[in-house]
Amino acid sequence: MLEGIGRRFADRGTARGVEALADISLAIAEGEFLALLGPSGCGKSTLLRLIAGLDRPDGGRIVWAGGAAPPAGQVGFVFQDATLLPWASAAENVFLPLRLAGLSWDAAKGRVRDALGAVGLDGFAEARPHALSGGMRMRVSIARALVTRPRLLLMDEPFAALDEFTRHRLQADLRALWLQAGCTVIFVTHSIYEAAFLARRVVLMSPRPGRIASEIAGLDQPEGAARRMHAAYAALVGRISARMEEIAGGDAERGAVP
Amino acid sequence: MTYRLAPALFGLLALGAWEATVRLAHVPVYLVPGPVAIVAAFFSEPGGMLMSLASTLLVTLTALAVAALLGGGMAIAMALSRLAQAAIQPWAVILQVTPIVAIAPLIVVWVGNPFASLVVCATIVAFFPVFANTASGLASAPQDLQDLFRLYGAGRWRVLWLLRLPAALPFFLSGLRISGGLALVGAVVAEFVAGSGGFASGLAYRILEDGYRLQIAKMFAALALLSLTGIALNAVLGLVERLALRQR
Repeated sequence: MLEGIGRRFADRGTARGVEALADISLAIAEGEFLALLGPSGCGKSTLLRLIAGLDRPDGGRIVWAGGAAPPAGQVGFVFQDATLLPWASAAENVFLPLRLAGLSWDAAKGRVRDALGAVGLDGFAEARPHALSGGMRMRVSIARALVTRPRLLLMDEPFAALDEFTRHRLQADLRALWLQAGCTVIFVTHSIYEAAFLARRVVLMSPRPGRIASEIAGLDQPEGAARRMHAAYAALVGRISARMEEIAGGDAERGAVP
Repeated sequence: MTYRLAPALFGLLALGAWEATVRLAHVPVYLVPGPVAIVAAFFSEPGGMLMSLASTLLVTLTALAVAALLGGGMAIAMALSRLAQAAIQPWAVILQVTPIVAIAPLIVVWVGNPFASLVVCATIVAFFPVFANTASGLASAPQDLQDLFRLYGAGRWRVLWLLRLPAALPFFLSGLRISGGLALVGAVVAEFVAGSGGFASGLAYRILEDGYRLQIAKMFAALALLSLTGIALNAVLGLVERLALRQR
């Protein structure tokens, strides 16, 4: 649960700095798939880094269900780039979190194989990143995040740099992985379609300063290939788009958008 | 294939033109010897020439090894500690801009031992590229990857060993290649300055001596040997680089 999170970045141009996030409060349920949707510069990536513990808030606090922040390995992170070690094979890259947790290769190799299989990369264990396509590299990155069986998976626009066909396939596979794994996912995106397709709940953010503007419930049914073709999906996309327009319009009236 | 042969053909052509000019214009051998005279000069005393080469090469390789250890080690120390970085950085730059010709005589006097003083001079010249390259290589690991290591609770030694050192390897190797050439130059300069007070056996010393004695063909032979050594050194270090990075 997030309580009144604020974050301000120092900026030489202004005395008070740039307010990236203002008074963010959000309760996240165990096992839900939450999309943080908003335009560039609305602080959604900053929020994700705060949740991951890679950055500290200036105000407010993050309250965890168990009390303390989850230990290393309980939180997975997928960046916009695959951020793989270029000198290591796919399997070695997926092994990395377990290796940092102190596991030997012999103890970990079964889990590494399973994780690679779960993202559809059987037979690519020995491939180096430069030999893989962008989509496959991202699959390795997702396998690396899942190999520790995290309770919380944070994803920062992971599919933004991929072509549309690859993106659709990865979205479908991610949705299936989530249904199967049951971990909590917080997914940052600036794509309305992506948020509508993936999430159980879509949180809309608006910029300058970044804050939560609205919330829309996602789609539960149908799953699988029919999902993207379903009328309810199209209606949800329309609903989110309309809400985004309202928010942008409201900002314009207050003069928040130049 | 044409591009492989081009440099060799061009070289042969230039040598041919050189030989022709020297012969046709009757240039005396003590002014400009032709390629044939130079090769002949080498074979008049091949053992001695190669001994001199070995002596210069020994200084060069020792200096390169010391520069690699020192440069790499100091770069790692800087990567691990801000304090070390603040302490080392300005001195490394001073070492780089110090003209070796100016301080080599002092080093020869201070160090005393001729071999060691030559190595010290060559190391000073060779140190900076491998040091600076390794330092920027260690800093080159992407921020996202460093964040990932932090997320999984990796301490700085794990980050160094699993992320920063592998990321720095290509930088270190290309620095080593630059330093290799410089170590040779440094060894030659040091021999020149040390003169007969130095090792008195290297290629540079031979160039100096043959110059005094107007043995210009021999001088050129030593010079040519030096160039070939530089090319070979560069090629070997390039090969090491390619082999080490083959997997990337």
